[in-house]
Amino acid sequence: MELTAREFKAYFKKVIDMIEAEKDYLCELDRKLGDGDHGVTMSIGWQAVKAKLDNDLVDEEDCGKISIAVGKTFLNAVGSSVGPLYATGFMRGAKIIKNKVVLNGEDLAYFWVAFGNGVKERGKAKVGDKTMVDTLDPFVNVIKNKYDGTQDFLQLFHEAVTAAKEGMHATKDLASRKGRSSRLGERSIGVQDPGATSAYYILATFLEFIEDYSRKVS
Amino acid sequence: MKKLINSPVDVVEEMIEGYVMAHPDYISQLPTNKRSLVTKKANKDRKVGILIGGGSGHEPAFMGYVGAGMADGVAVGNIFASPSPDPILEVTKAIDKGAGVVYLYGNYAGDVMNFGMAAEMADLEEDIEVGMALVTDDVASALKAEKEKRRGIAGEFFVYKAAGAAADFGYGLNDVVRMAEKANENTRSMGVGLTPCSLPQTGEPSFEIGEDEMEIGLGHHGEPGIEKGKLESADRVAERLVRDILADIEINNGDDVAVLVNGLGSIPRMELYIVYRRVEQLLNELGITIYRSYVGDYITSLEMGGCSVTLMKLDDELKKAVHHPVDCPMFVQK
Repeated sequence: MELTAREFKAYFKKVIDMIEAEKDYLCELDRKLGDGDHGVTMSIGWQAVKAKLDNDLVDEEDCGKISIAVGKTFLNAVGSSVGPLYATGFMRGAKIIKNKVVLNGEDLAYFWVAFGNGVKERGKAKVGDKTMVDTLDPFVNVIKNKYDGTQDFLQLFHEAVTAAKEGMHATKDLASRKGRSSRLGERSIGVQDPGATSAYYILATFLEFIEDYSRKVS
Repeated sequence: MKKLINSPVDVVEEMIEGYVMAHPDYISQLPTNKRSLVTKKANKDRKVGILIGGGSGHEPAFMGYVGAGMADGVAVGNIFASPSPDPILEVTKAIDKGAGVVYLYGNYAGDVMNFGMAAEMADLEEDIEVGMALVTDDVASALKAEKEKRRGIAGEFFVYKAAGAAADFGYGLNDVVRMAEKANENTRSMGVGLTPCSLPQTGEPSFEIGEDEMEIGLGHHGEPGIEKGKLESADRVAERLVRDILADIEINNGDDVAVLVNGLGSIPRMELYIVYRRVEQLLNELGITIYRSYVGDYITSLEMGGCSVTLMKLDDELKKAVHHPVDCPMFVQK
């Protein structure tokens, strides 16, 4: 598995389309737990990323620089809590793929681990707090524990995304302990966390992307 | 819900444009960031700059409190969302006079991260010292044992007032922070929600509530409160709010307080004054003196219905700060 900057950017464009499609559903989840704007916030951020990709980044071939630009653009457009979280994730990921114009399986594996760890570190949430960490932590653990540079990346990523999905579903039965919804306590049980949901979609979109891509190249 | 807007995606930018146009003597927008506004009425004796900020939709907060006696600058976020570090950093650079800048904001996860990142950038990239004070006045948002989890609501107004006055008194960075922290420490609020607001982008109500219901302890973004019940009279609601506040902070016979009865956006002044009436009666019965009172829309939630009561216990230094004059586009005190 190898991705050039062109594919890396195409993945982000796929995320942009996915967020537009899921915007209302994410708002609906958030209305039950917060102020009902999670889909809107994600859309504002990713639309700003779209403008960046369509203009300043059109000729950019350094995947690290692309990841930094995506993080910073998203952050400046949204602020909020997801801004610093995703920005930190993409900027930590950027460190791993610094100066790279082609990303192989190993680069991608460590990129996503750094991404997940960055989010976790910035937000200081733990597994079970009903946040995006419930999606990201099991995802990161699969890659971290199983990847030794020899496995098929696609297969491994598939497994990691499955763990992410389970983590996302588990947030439904949790009482929130972080962010605005934590004030709800027990009343937050029964609703899947919107932040955990969008984080899963972003990972699942990457899986879809590399599945399509590997089918195309093989 | 009906909105008098052009397009949901433009509401924040168009509000800022209109605000800057309407108050050319007071406010300027930084050329480096359209979400960064600074005062033209800065007190020349101030050493320390005061920076406030938060999401839009709470007007007059936060941009309405930029002016003489209050904040030197504001970073404006999207609706109910913290501003990103960039506009915060630009304001910091614009208002620093060499003695540092104090950030004042409510205790919300997003604000803590964005203001925290901006403070790191100010220190590393610009060599500007930043002090911070978080507002945590809402007694309904967490138990007293977990006070560090409490969110900031209408009490933010008193913290801005105290810190702004302290800066005008010529205090240094540490003393302005100390004053802001003292104001926060002495301030408690609690609110009641009657009707939801709706975000321009979604149009959906922020929470569900029956025609005959109220929600005690409701947050400023429609976060659910501590209990939902049948709507009661203004006197009963005022008694409940004051009771819960006084259970949380010791204010005794002979103490002085500042009182704020704050409207959340669509409650008539009439109802706010009816609430205030009962608040003052209760405090009088307890021998607590009202040094100064504020009644009106100070920190709102778009068109949300409801109000909050805030008490700040005063010592001599805070009295002096409360008494200090203010001249801002959305708030004037002579």
